[in-house]
Amino acid sequence: MKKPALERPVLLDVQDITRLYGPAKGCEAIDFQLHAGEVLGIVGESGSGKSTLLRVLAGLEAPDAGRVVYRRHAGEDVLDRDEAELDLYAIGEAQRRALLRLEWGLVHQNPRDGLRMGVSAGANIGERLMAQGQRHYGQLRETGQAWMRQVELDAGRIDDAPRTFSGGMQQRLQIARTLVTRPRLVFMDEPTGGLDVSVQARLLDMLRTLVRSLGLSVVLVTHDLAVARLLAHRLMVMRRGQVVETGLTDQILDDPQHEYTQLLVSSVLTP
Amino acid sequence: MNGYNFAYLDEQTKRMIRRALLKAVAIPGYQVPFGGREMPMPYGWGTGGVQLTASILGADDILKVIDQGADDTTNAVSIRHFFQRVAGVETTTATTAADVIQTRHRIPETPLRSGQILVFQVPIPEPLRFIEPSEQETRLMHALEEYGVMHVKLYEDIARYGHIATTYAYPVKVDGRYVMDPSPIPKFDNPKLDGNPALMLFGAGREKRLYAIPPYTRVESLDFEDHPFEIQRWEHSCALCGSDHSYLDEVITDDKGGRMFVCSDTDYCQTRRGEVA
Repeated sequence: MKKPALERPVLLDVQDITRLYGPAKGCEAIDFQLHAGEVLGIVGESGSGKSTLLRVLAGLEAPDAGRVVYRRHAGEDVLDRDEAELDLYAIGEAQRRALLRLEWGLVHQNPRDGLRMGVSAGANIGERLMAQGQRHYGQLRETGQAWMRQVELDAGRIDDAPRTFSGGMQQRLQIARTLVTRPRLVFMDEPTGGLDVSVQARLLDMLRTLVRSLGLSVVLVTHDLAVARLLAHRLMVMRRGQVVETGLTDQILDDPQHEYTQLLVSSVLTP
Repeated sequence: MNGYNFAYLDEQTKRMIRRALLKAVAIPGYQVPFGGREMPMPYGWGTGGVQLTASILGADDILKVIDQGADDTTNAVSIRHFFQRVAGVETTTATTAADVIQTRHRIPETPLRSGQILVFQVPIPEPLRFIEPSEQETRLMHALEEYGVMHVKLYEDIARYGHIATTYAYPVKVDGRYVMDPSPIPKFDNPKLDGNPALMLFGAGREKRLYAIPPYTRVESLDFEDHPFEIQRWEHSCALCGSDHSYLDEVITDDKGGRMFVCSDTDYCQTRRGEVA
């Protein structure tokens, strides 16, 4: 009898990443593994290096030292062993950009950074598909409308420009645009930052549903512990470029060990 | 003419441009940077095309210059005069008689033959520019063949107007590799780029880029499967020569709504009228 694998396969193996702009500015000696289907939260104050780390992980900025290894076929039948392990900064730029565009996704804090503001919502959602080589207008449009419904946007507004959308709707659009190619790994940088509380709550709810239904693996950077508690399975607490504590989300938030984590948890305002 | 080298440019500059042209011909559709010179005319009047023409012109060549298809418009007349003065070459208005044709916004209706060279004046050589302002990024996109955004533009056209509303500077893929801006020719002329026996050179003076389509090169216009590429059609025929298959200009003849449609290619139109008469 085949036993189910208890340990989920490693999707992203981060080995000793250092990227410093100056002493204690940036991130230093970061080591962790992300398993398939896992949501990892990175929390910390402003300037703790969490965004730098995300940029390095997402392939936007080369690290000073260390490796980011992506195990492409984790959890599936390994058909092609040479392709199975990709060292993000050792592979060529063409391959890295193709990976970022097609298998990975990045959700920016400000939807204006992730969207093309000059073209319609439908064109935004379709862009990654067109980059993959889809050349059928009708199908692109159907997919666009399906995704708009999935992120709870009015599909009738497919031809409207993103600038006519509210902040929360723009963020939903950015998420649809990113997820349309069914990426396996998504990086999110403060996806609910700058939104008001009720909009945040609905967006988080939607994100949680999507993560579960699509089986996404997510690296989530946030300074908001409530967001982290709702979405993340596991947390990494950063301070001054270093990881001070890691563990399961509930464990970290309910029983913080490091004094900085204790400070962080006790600083949360409760109405 | 005293004080000037043959065809205005000095020989070193011509060699530099010819070397860039050889590279452009070797890599069809690829934009080659070149050290553009100041010409005695403003940017936007065809400085790119003029430099290319000056570099390839020989003393025995016969030159034709057209602007929007016409031999008698300001741009065409002044560039033709320029080369008459600084190179003393013979000029013509007949497409069939010309060795080198410098053009702005049109390809002649008369089919070109092997051995002829068509020089285009290009304002913005980068087809990706409208969606990606960074030159560094667009070069990378060309290098990695990341051309998905070109279809974003066409998608947007269909979403907004119900059909592909781009009518000039319609993007093409050259030899299955580089996406290229064919300069602001009407898309009516795009099919003439494909497999043309003449050598086609493109020069952008302000941006200091040149590119080429060698003879008999495959050139495809980008489109969607369910919205294929189409050229313009008119319900009218040319009011002067009666042609029903050439590119027509609409000319307003009075202030009471009077108008007529005539060929934009004046040489083609006159030749046809001569044959009919």
